[in-house]
Amino acid sequence: MEDISRVAITAEAADVLRRLRGQHGPLMFHQSGGCCDGSSPMCYPLGEFATGESDVLLGNLHARGVSEPVPVWMSAAQFEYWSHTHLTIDVVPGRGGGFSLEAPLGVRFIIRSRMLTDTEMAALDPA
Amino acid sequence: MSVYAKPGDPGSPARYASRYENYIGGEWVPPVKGQYFENVTPVTGHSFTEVARGTAEDIELALDAAHGAAPGWGRTPVADRAAVLLKIADTMEQNLQTLAVAETWDNGKPVRETLAADIPLAIDHFRYFAGVIRAQEGTLGELDETTVAYHFHEPLGVVGQIIPWNFPILMATWKLAPALAAGNAVVLKPAEQTPASILVLLELIGGLIPPGVINVVNGFGVEAGKPLASSPRVAKVAFTGETTTGRLIMQYASQNIKPVTLELGGKSPNIFLEDVARARDEFYDKTLEGFTMFALNQGEVCTCPSRALIQESIYDQFMADAVQRTRAVKQGDPLDTDTMIGAQASNDQLEKILSYIDIGKKEGARVLLGGERAYFGGDMADGYYVQPTIFEGDNRMRIFQEEIFGPVVSVTKFANVDDAVKIANDTLYGLGAGVWTRDLHSAYYLGRAIQAGRVWTNCYHLYPAHAAFGGYKQSGIGRETHKMMLDHYQQTKNLLVSYSPTKLGFF
Repeated sequence: MEDISRVAITAEAADVLRRLRGQHGPLMFHQSGGCCDGSSPMCYPLGEFATGESDVLLGNLHARGVSEPVPVWMSAAQFEYWSHTHLTIDVVPGRGGGFSLEAPLGVRFIIRSRMLTDTEMAALDPA
Repeated sequence: MSVYAKPGDPGSPARYASRYENYIGGEWVPPVKGQYFENVTPVTGHSFTEVARGTAEDIELALDAAHGAAPGWGRTPVADRAAVLLKIADTMEQNLQTLAVAETWDNGKPVRETLAADIPLAIDHFRYFAGVIRAQEGTLGELDETTVAYHFHEPLGVVGQIIPWNFPILMATWKLAPALAAGNAVVLKPAEQTPASILVLLELIGGLIPPGVINVVNGFGVEAGKPLASSPRVAKVAFTGETTTGRLIMQYASQNIKPVTLELGGKSPNIFLEDVARARDEFYDKTLEGFTMFALNQGEVCTCPSRALIQESIYDQFMADAVQRTRAVKQGDPLDTDTMIGAQASNDQLEKILSYIDIGKKEGARVLLGGERAYFGGDMADGYYVQPTIFEGDNRMRIFQEEIFGPVVSVTKFANVDDAVKIANDTLYGLGAGVWTRDLHSAYYLGRAIQAGRVWTNCYHLYPAHAAFGGYKQSGIGRETHKMMLDHYQQTKNLLVSYSPTKLGFF
């Protein structure tokens, strides 16, 4: 059961994360919603974005070469609509968005999604 | 049909320089760190110019210039400020094709739209705010015979504005026109996906504006947008974008105790009641066009009607007609005046749309049309094109709940008017909505019951100045495109004056 989670990261995205870790220190993600660059994961220095009661911690990413886990957050209201899907943070060539840290590298983090299986749902949300 | 030549090619009304600096204090100023970034046209997927990669140092220079200019501009008589806005509008009108082709090249949208919508709307917007600032008056309250409360409008001073990439010139205008009319100086950061067309505009209108009143710094959000949004030297921040950055901007603003206006998108329902199909007449034809509006601007509109709710009694026939109408949408070269849908604004946007189409399929939604990337030959082979896509599914699916910002509509059925309201409001957002009906009672009931800042009734995607635009719920704070936006760029000064020589008698 310990391998079941809501979030994962691709090897390519983990490479970018490692570079950003070297430049900015410990990191975090907050999944955005809404228009323009919405629906994309935003990467910030840990603590830059103030999370609170209105957020849900989806999980922690363990990327090779990044010494500490990287938390992935989403607003609780958005989680209501997203909770049945598993999210994988990937990276594509792009021009950034918002204040996410990877833009100067010419890449953009992006979410790949799949349905959580019944087994995963049961393990993640026993209620 | 006609096809405009690419900017810079013989016969094109537009040309781009090979490099752009920041526009600060009325001059083109190289970035302090000397860095630039390549700007790609989504039409071909290839770079066509390079643009200053501004940083906090450039933002400070722009703020210096803006603070130098703000007091004088704020004292400039409203007649003179309005005259500047009118001259800007006239100059844009005289250069309509230049701006339209430049905008199409930077953003990827069809030139048909930039010629007929983006630039004409921007022109009218400057004229509207030139008008309303002339008509604006303060108030006075006569508290008693000798005591009067006067209320004056005063500019905030220097404001920061962060512009999205979907309508680069029009969205800049939505923010610039009220800010300038109200007497503020501006530091504006365009989107890094579309940094260049605004600079073509500044080349044309820069000389009409006192130096320092408009300053433009390009760059990446984290390097230039964040220092602007978090600066204690701006009196207000205006932002159009998405929710996480919107929250971060509020967080920075809270640290400086500064106001913000935010427009953060939506997932707008477009509701078709059964009576629309009562006759196969002109109005029915209009409703089918209303359905197809999801493809306008490649779906890259905060109010994209990306959820279509169709009454179940007419569902099969209406959807057959709607699919047919959408199939007739002509996609292709954005510089061709016959093209109705062009390129998505960036590669990451293209990838995001495709990832949404993917999860839509995995969630079990049925593809009624499209559902793939679109490919064209020649110069456009590497451009960012997506087929107009119609999904049929359930409102709890992710494709019904997140703004895909692509030419993708998710369709579902409803049983009756109350059911339609329930589905329409089952969303985090509340920016726009559409209601289509021949019955005025239903139109009014739905219009008032839907929790959205604008409910288009028997129309969609009209963006005139003089009609307030803004969001309920998580769609943001503030109302643009209306004189009430002046309030977001003005302080209220109250002079409380006694005309009595008699003391209170307390001391």
